[in-house]
Amino acid sequence: MISVDITSKSFDGMPVLGPISFRIAPGETLALVGPSGIGKSTLLRILAGIDPEFEGRVQRPGALSMVFQEPTLLPWRSVLHNLLIPHPELRPDAARTMLARVGIDGKETLFPGQLSLGQQRRLSLARAFACAPKMLIMDEPFVSLDPETAETMLRLTEALISEHHPATLFVTHDLREADRLASRVLTLKSTPSGAVLGP
Amino acid sequence: MAASRLTPVLSLASMLALWVVAAGLTNDAQILPTPWQLLPLFAQEFASGDLLTHLGATLVRVLWAFTLAMSLGTVLGLIMGRSTATNRWLDPWLVIFLNLPALVLIVLCYLWIGLTEAAAITAVTLNKVPNVAVVIREGARALDPDLDAMAKVYRMSWWTRQRHVVFPQLAPFVAAAARSGVAVIWKIVLVVEFLGRSSGVGFQIHLHFQLFDVAMVLVYAFAFIGVMLTVEWLLLQPAERRSRRWRTA
Ligand SMILES: Nc1ncnc2c1ncn2[C@@H]1O[C@H](COP(=O)(O)OP(=O)(O)OP(=O)(O)O)[C@@H](O)[C@H]1O
Ligand SMILES: [Mg+2]
Repeated sequence: MISVDITSKSFDGMPVLGPISFRIAPGETLALVGPSGIGKSTLLRILAGIDPEFEGRVQRPGALSMVFQEPTLLPWRSVLHNLLIPHPELRPDAARTMLARVGIDGKETLFPGQLSLGQQRRLSLARAFACAPKMLIMDEPFVSLDPETAETMLRLTEALISEHHPATLFVTHDLREADRLASRVLTLKSTPSGAVLGP
Repeated sequence: MAASRLTPVLSLASMLALWVVAAGLTNDAQILPTPWQLLPLFAQEFASGDLLTHLGATLVRVLWAFTLAMSLGTVLGLIMGRSTATNRWLDPWLVIFLNLPALVLIVLCYLWIGLTEAAAITAVTLNKVPNVAVVIREGARALDPDLDAMAKVYRMSWWTRQRHVVFPQLAPFVAAAARSGVAVIWKIVLVVEFLGRSSGVGFQIHLHFQLFDVAMVLVYAFAFIGVMLTVEWLLLQPAERRSRRWRTA
């Protein structure tokens, strides 16, 4: 069980998040929606442990993966090493299987800059699932892709989630996307003391 | 293509020709010897072992000062680039040291530490640390915060982070600092040797300056320029190319 109990989060005295509490059961998928600039990414960064400066408590598993809005790969390391460096315990043949699973087999030795944006996103997805995460966090993973690629990526993500059953929280602007992947939708709405969960 | 590659060769050849003409006009080997008058002197210094001994002494000093200046400057630059508070404190110091003439630092080091090897190397190092720190500080400021977040999420070890995330981003800055570092350091080392050492190329130039021996000054100067250009071509340029390989792939 993942539990989030944030009392407040502010940047330079400006409150961004107010009291926020929710739970995510193992294997459950939650979508997070809300207007731009309200604090969705800020909440995800707290959950992922990237930003430790907040009031409150977060309980999360150690095996945690994140898919960022940008692919966020190491441009100076090969495709294969982009899987092996974050997961030193991963065997190279398991890494190759993972690359094939997301449809970029045969590209192990290329640098990320030699892949298309869609392929870079696939690699970023492979990195997230390579070590059977207990928790998966995604920040607008399908944004700025053409509709066809976005649909392929969505299907691939759906399949990988149903294979590995991580507890998942993802941000989206697309309510249909939220309906398809998530069993529950959390909405952030703004109040004077920062964003809280709305109806 | 062929013409543009030929240009530097022609340019050097015309410089040589200018030298020969000037030597002919001067017509005094005491003031300006011809290139071929240097060759026997070069052979003589090489055969006696003097040339290699003094080149070696200078190279060791260059190596020491380079290593120290690069390590101290890199650490300082990283700290200043990542912490604004520290940067506010140290920046005025940096500005003062950047504007301190090399000669002042060298003389002060000799006066305070004594005419020793340690003083010589300290003087050269202090001359170069601020430049290295400034370049590396730029690199540290340009580090990608998104990659930092990714490294954190995937719980990379400190060493993995430095090696695969931080260093590749700093590499172009380190290479730039190293190249300008070597170029400046070997010139300052000669001055330091000129003023207070009894070995090295700078010392030999001092000796032959007092004897008014232009030919020997030129022999030692050219020998050392040759060594430093070799270092540049064989070590620094290939290292820089390697650090950029992924960009051009
Ligand atoms: N490092 C920071 N320093 C100061 N303010 C910040 C920082 N990061 C975010 N903010 C502020 O916090 C608020 C929430 O930002 P956040 O990125 O979480 O919004 P978001 O909901 O993800 O928006 P979008 O949908 O556009 O991605 C914004 O007003 C933003 O300006
Ligand atoms: Mg966001």
